[in-house]
Amino acid sequence: MSDLSHQDRSLSASEVRNRAANWIVKRHDRGEWSDVDQAQLDAWIAEAPGNKIAYLRVEAAWKRADRLGALRRPPTVRNRFIPSLKFVAVTAAVAVVCGVYLSTTWHTIPEKTYVTGVGGHEMLTLPDGSRIELNTDTTLRIAESNTKRLVSLDKGEAYFQIVHDAAHPFIILAGNHRITDLGTKFVVRRSDDNLRVALLQGRAQFDTEDGRGKQLTTLNPGDVVVATATSLSITQMPSQTLTDELGWRRGLLVFRHATLAEAAAEFNRYNLKKIVVADSRIAQLNINGALREDDPQTFVRSMKTFFDIHVEERPDAIVLSR
Amino acid sequence: MTKTTDNNREGETLRLPGAAMTEPELDAWFVREVLPLEASLMQFLNRNWRDSSEVEDFCQDVYVKVYEAARNEPPTSVRPFVFAIARNLLINKVKRAQIVPIETASDLDALNIALDEPGAERSAIARDELRLVQSALDCLPRRCREAVTLRKIEGLSMREIATRMSISLKTVDAHLVEGSALLADLLYGQTDASRKKT
Repeated sequence: MSDLSHQDRSLSASEVRNRAANWIVKRHDRGEWSDVDQAQLDAWIAEAPGNKIAYLRVEAAWKRADRLGALRRPPTVRNRFIPSLKFVAVTAAVAVVCGVYLSTTWHTIPEKTYVTGVGGHEMLTLPDGSRIELNTDTTLRIAESNTKRLVSLDKGEAYFQIVHDAAHPFIILAGNHRITDLGTKFVVRRSDDNLRVALLQGRAQFDTEDGRGKQLTTLNPGDVVVATATSLSITQMPSQTLTDELGWRRGLLVFRHATLAEAAAEFNRYNLKKIVVADSRIAQLNINGALREDDPQTFVRSMKTFFDIHVEERPDAIVLSR
Repeated sequence: MTKTTDNNREGETLRLPGAAMTEPELDAWFVREVLPLEASLMQFLNRNWRDSSEVEDFCQDVYVKVYEAARNEPPTSVRPFVFAIARNLLINKVKRAQIVPIETASDLDALNIALDEPGAERSAIARDELRLVQSALDCLPRRCREAVTLRKIEGLSMREIATRMSISLKTVDAHLVEGSALLADLLYGQTDASRKKT
């Protein structure tokens, strides 16, 4: 029946594939699916064994494409356009409108807070076309007035792709530092004791919030600023390094000659179950490669295979030792 | 029939050899175990069948036979099972053909070799799933890719996509249908032959 040599084959494999694709989109994307539709689909599938196969195949591919989106935004909330608000993050999944107002700088501008948990990833599109991508464990607030666009990065890491508007400068506050966009792509990471800004494209200015430091610095592509409470350093990084560091935007951690300790620390940013390197002798092992940030198990397994490391699995941690 | 939902999640349990699968289990098994073999299956068929325009249909025939055979008795080792079916189909087709191409006939003797080596397909997919899906997306025609991106990454509805792209709902629909069909070939086929067609 299904043999290629039969002359009564009415449809080629690619035609069957296209019909299956039609059913898939109708079922998953058109937003309406009735019992009648289901009955018709069942009838079509029953028509020929190849129909079921084609359906499974296209559906599996279409679902795999979903995974890409799942990284960017939890699937619980689909996009909601809220046209009544001027400054709306179109794709907000965890947006919470706060009644709280920030001190001095923010005055009376209403703000919205965006939070990602450990392993979270959020992409915001602003009405002006600017994009902000939140990495794991990040808190960020956005406010807009008639004269400026303000973002406060309270913790974590975010990637900014800002559409420049001289009339509405885009300003990011992080601790007592201020970054003013001049039409750019850059990434800002804030941890307990330091702030790191890497500029990928365009230009931006970096200074202290109140301008008192008089340390106005113009950043060019490749510049990386690291600021602590007492120090400020600017270095140039190759664009490959910066691109690697942005692997998280695709759900990947990219290591080039990282130590095991560094790699474990990176994984721990994204996972609640922490990797503990319990032995200083293995902490300096050299790691190369790209791994999924949500898959420390694969990482640990390959460590085990290549370096003959002892792995102890605890409920809250994976402990590595010799 | 409940067979069309969440196939990836079901049927993960270990199964004793010889126990028949339910329909959803069979579907899930097929997606999980057989589809990842498509690239090497297509390569195998391309190598052993001269007329590359027939290979896609041939692959479909192998799938149907695999699916039906697995319904009766799920194989313990999937790769040799799939390639044995492909080989039998090839032989039958060669026998039925008026003129047997010499290369094909001689190649068939070599087909038993290397059927047992474990495929790299699955581990590669697990490791680089995101990258694979993204590069497949990048291969789509421009407008089609735009529509699929808005749907899958931005999560927009078809109506929202129509507005955003300034096109009709019907065109959005056509882009998504084309996109899903091409993604299936890109994600599972990915041989030179299937790329040429897309």
